[in-house]
Amino acid sequence: MERAETNVSSICGEFRIKRKRLKNKFIGLITDPYSIATIIIIAVLGYLIIVPLWEMLVSTFKLSPRDAMRIPEATAGQFTTYYWERVFNGPVSKSMFYRPLGNSLLTSLVVSVASIILGGLMAWILTRTDIPYKKFFSFMVILPYMLPSWSKALAWITIFKNDKLGGYPGIFQYLFNVSPPDAVSYGPLPIIITATLHYYVFTYLLMSSALSSMSSDLEEMAEVCGANRFTILRKVVFPLVVPAILSAVILTFSKAIGNFGIAAYLGLKVQYFTLPTMIRANIKNLMTEQAYILAISLIVIACFAVYLNQRAIGARKSYVTIGGKGSRKNEVCLGKAKMPILILVSVFIFIAAIVPLLVITIQSFMLRDGIYSFSNLTTHYWFGESNEMIADGEPGIFKNPMIWRSIYNTLKLAIACSSLATIVGSIVGYIISRGQGKTSGKVVEQLSFLPFLIPSIAFGAIYLSMFSKPQLFIPSLYGTFTLLVLVSTIKYIPFAVRSGTSTMIQIGYELEEAAMIEGVSWFERFTKIILPLSKKGFFSGFLLVFISAMKELDLLVLLVTPDTRTLTCLTFAYTESGFQQFGNAIMVVIAILIILVYLFSLKLGADVTEGMGG
Amino acid sequence: MLQKEWEGDKKMSRIILKNINKYYNKVHVLKDINLVVEDGDFMTLLGPSGCGKTTTLRVIAGLEVPEKGQVIIDDDIVTDTDEAFYVAPSKRGLNLVFQNYALWPHMTVYENVSFGLKVKKVPQREIQSKVENTLRILQIEDYIDRYPSELSGGQQQRVAIARAIVSQPKLLLLDEPLSNLDARLRLEMRAELKRLHQELKTTIIYVTHDQVEALTLSTKIAVFFEGKIVQVDTPMNIYTCPIDVKVADFIGNPKINFIDGICVGDNGKIKIISPLGEMEAVDKIYENHLNNKEVVLALRPEHIIISDEFKENYFECQVYAVLPAGSETLIQIKKQDKLITAKVIGQTGLVADQKIWISFVRGSINVYDKKFGHLLFNV
Repeated sequence: MERAETNVSSICGEFRIKRKRLKNKFIGLITDPYSIATIIIIAVLGYLIIVPLWEMLVSTFKLSPRDAMRIPEATAGQFTTYYWERVFNGPVSKSMFYRPLGNSLLTSLVVSVASIILGGLMAWILTRTDIPYKKFFSFMVILPYMLPSWSKALAWITIFKNDKLGGYPGIFQYLFNVSPPDAVSYGPLPIIITATLHYYVFTYLLMSSALSSMSSDLEEMAEVCGANRFTILRKVVFPLVVPAILSAVILTFSKAIGNFGIAAYLGLKVQYFTLPTMIRANIKNLMTEQAYILAISLIVIACFAVYLNQRAIGARKSYVTIGGKGSRKNEVCLGKAKMPILILVSVFIFIAAIVPLLVITIQSFMLRDGIYSFSNLTTHYWFGESNEMIADGEPGIFKNPMIWRSIYNTLKLAIACSSLATIVGSIVGYIISRGQGKTSGKVVEQLSFLPFLIPSIAFGAIYLSMFSKPQLFIPSLYGTFTLLVLVSTIKYIPFAVRSGTSTMIQIGYELEEAAMIEGVSWFERFTKIILPLSKKGFFSGFLLVFISAMKELDLLVLLVTPDTRTLTCLTFAYTESGFQQFGNAIMVVIAILIILVYLFSLKLGADVTEGMGG
Repeated sequence: MLQKEWEGDKKMSRIILKNINKYYNKVHVLKDINLVVEDGDFMTLLGPSGCGKTTTLRVIAGLEVPEKGQVIIDDDIVTDTDEAFYVAPSKRGLNLVFQNYALWPHMTVYENVSFGLKVKKVPQREIQSKVENTLRILQIEDYIDRYPSELSGGQQQRVAIARAIVSQPKLLLLDEPLSNLDARLRLEMRAELKRLHQELKTTIIYVTHDQVEALTLSTKIAVFFEGKIVQVDTPMNIYTCPIDVKVADFIGNPKINFIDGICVGDNGKIKIISPLGEMEAVDKIYENHLNNKEVVLALRPEHIIISDEFKENYFECQVYAVLPAGSETLIQIKKQDKLITAKVIGQTGLVADQKIWISFVRGSINVYDKKFGHLLFNV
């Protein structure tokens, strides 16, 4: 009897402890700001990234009302594999999927290989040799990346346009009186060249950080052993940076394959489609389901590339950091080769950074296409009043209320999304850096990385699908400025998070613990200690997103309406309707704005380029 | 006068750790830690790096949550894993000095030290007098408006201590506070810390891997190995009677000498036979299980007596190397292929390969079980 009682009481006691434990755990969870922030971030990112992806996937299996009308006995919304079959195994799949896929793979592969050669060489020359004017070159070499990728495509058309496909001839034909063949004017060759002239910067950034983390002791040792310069490069430097090269190739590939702008400017005229341009074509033709399937394919390819990269880096990581401690950097003496290399580098930078801008600027002052004489100079496209004789009566860009609206839109969008992304990036970076080794930290890290895997055009497509109708808590956003801010913020979150994480990791946790012991609340710790210390990183992240948003086209092209159009979309609209000079003039405006912001950021000591590479 | 001010409010702090277990992922870093720190103690947690001493300190501070166990400060349970009950670090009446100081780089010395008081909404005037008083105690009042980057390592260290003691915690935790200082500053700060402990009369828990620091500063030392506490005792006892071979090996500089030997019985007394000859145990009666037991003799270098001429009961050896270090000289002695280190105060006239005779301070040699490593008796 007595024994039974003690049993009961001990069970009761155990139960009480368990209940207390649960209660304490719950209180601990809801009073811990770290967990609250984590939960909110996971919920928001999940809703804005995972849900749209899922919605898009689901909608490709549902019969649309439009197609339901055509098919007897079919109801809208019923399950169907019709779209998938149509894309992958139907009468049009060759022209809709396989050919664009082949084109995409081919161009991006060649672009990534060419970029690594150019970018790698430039990186080696500018980080490891004694070439003069390094500072100037390091600034100029990055410049092309500051401008939209398709600005080079615009310049290409301006130079190499031929008269066969209508319109006026380009500079080349004017000067040499020879019409360039179609293959030079449009299609894969110009796409590859112009994309390479853009993405080499990306590989340059990746490679220069890999090269500068390598100790020069290793090279010097080889020199002591009697190896000549070329052997050192081939046998020591190259093998050491192989993982970085591999990673750069893969990442460049995953970026190039999602590029819409270049392929649109240089491919559409000759019906040369890539996956991104095909997505837009399908959406324009209201075949959204097919567009979504193409977008999903693009995402899968990009994911696969990034997966490969992670495998490649993971296996050989230790390689890159060999001698990473070496702070002494002895430069390779170029000797007699210095002058020729200096000239080559200058010529290359002139072609990559200056020529496109120059050509675009000149073209914007040409009254009539194809005639490059002083008498043809005009400021009509800049300041001219509407004239029925020129360009269907379109007034010059600064007389057109549209441009002011677009400048306003662009700046508003850039400021809004870079502020939002940087704030979210700081908080997420905080969660990641403080949650290293914890599941919460890993989940947040993976989640915030996801938008990186989704090519911009596909991301636009996802948001088009998700927010063209009212959603949980959110009304239909199509055509609103909010949608543009939302999509840009989410798309740039990986960059903001990366910059935020690297800043936060530098702020030792002890600084916070020291405050914790003093009884400083989380909010106060964040505002009084973390934020003041991460000011510089915060600012760099802000400018990085700002510049990216200023030059964004691919992401927005599916989502803008005339009211919400940004400068980039306005350029695209002008050139699409054949008003080259207007497009060029606006491109010049964009370039000037971006370069101003870049110079401003350099002046303040913010390192924007760090976040751009990889 | 300062002393009086500090003693103003009565402080009592007794810390009890009960069965603390902590894992990092799968690694068991703290294994059943039990420890009592009495009020006013200067308790040092001593051990090689990675043995769990800092983790223990962080568990006491509440910065780290153990998987199992209880922490009790002043009869109040502050950590109880069974109930998932954890008192916030700031509510435990303690403060912590971090290894790398963790000074807020964007705040001046004054702002660093006063930050905690400001957060606690202490009146401005009181803050000022407390901060100034603390800075005076640590002799850094001249640097009040400087930023941490404008201070030397030793000054930063003092600011970190000032920040920790300004709120007059009942318990002060110090995590390897001197490890980032150069040798001379370390000596200076050691004295400073000892004086501070005597002045403040606060309970201090101090983490270090430097045994000299532990021996000079502490009232008690807890020796850690691989996540376990192996010995808790006064510095004197830790030095003279290490509980096992590992502790003996860890404590003492120059290192203790180990010599293998064998136990035999001799008329109810214990005799040890070793390369150093035959020796008799002190205060220990022969027991049967000791017969032919393999043992290790642990011999401190300063307990070796050296003579350069023959003496009764001394062993003949050869000098291998002489290492003079000014105030003391280390002599490496060769005996049957075995090297033994001896320490002599001042300089000697010994030279390498010279023949010498050595003896030992009776009772100073600890004898350990060779198989299990625990202390058996002294000879």
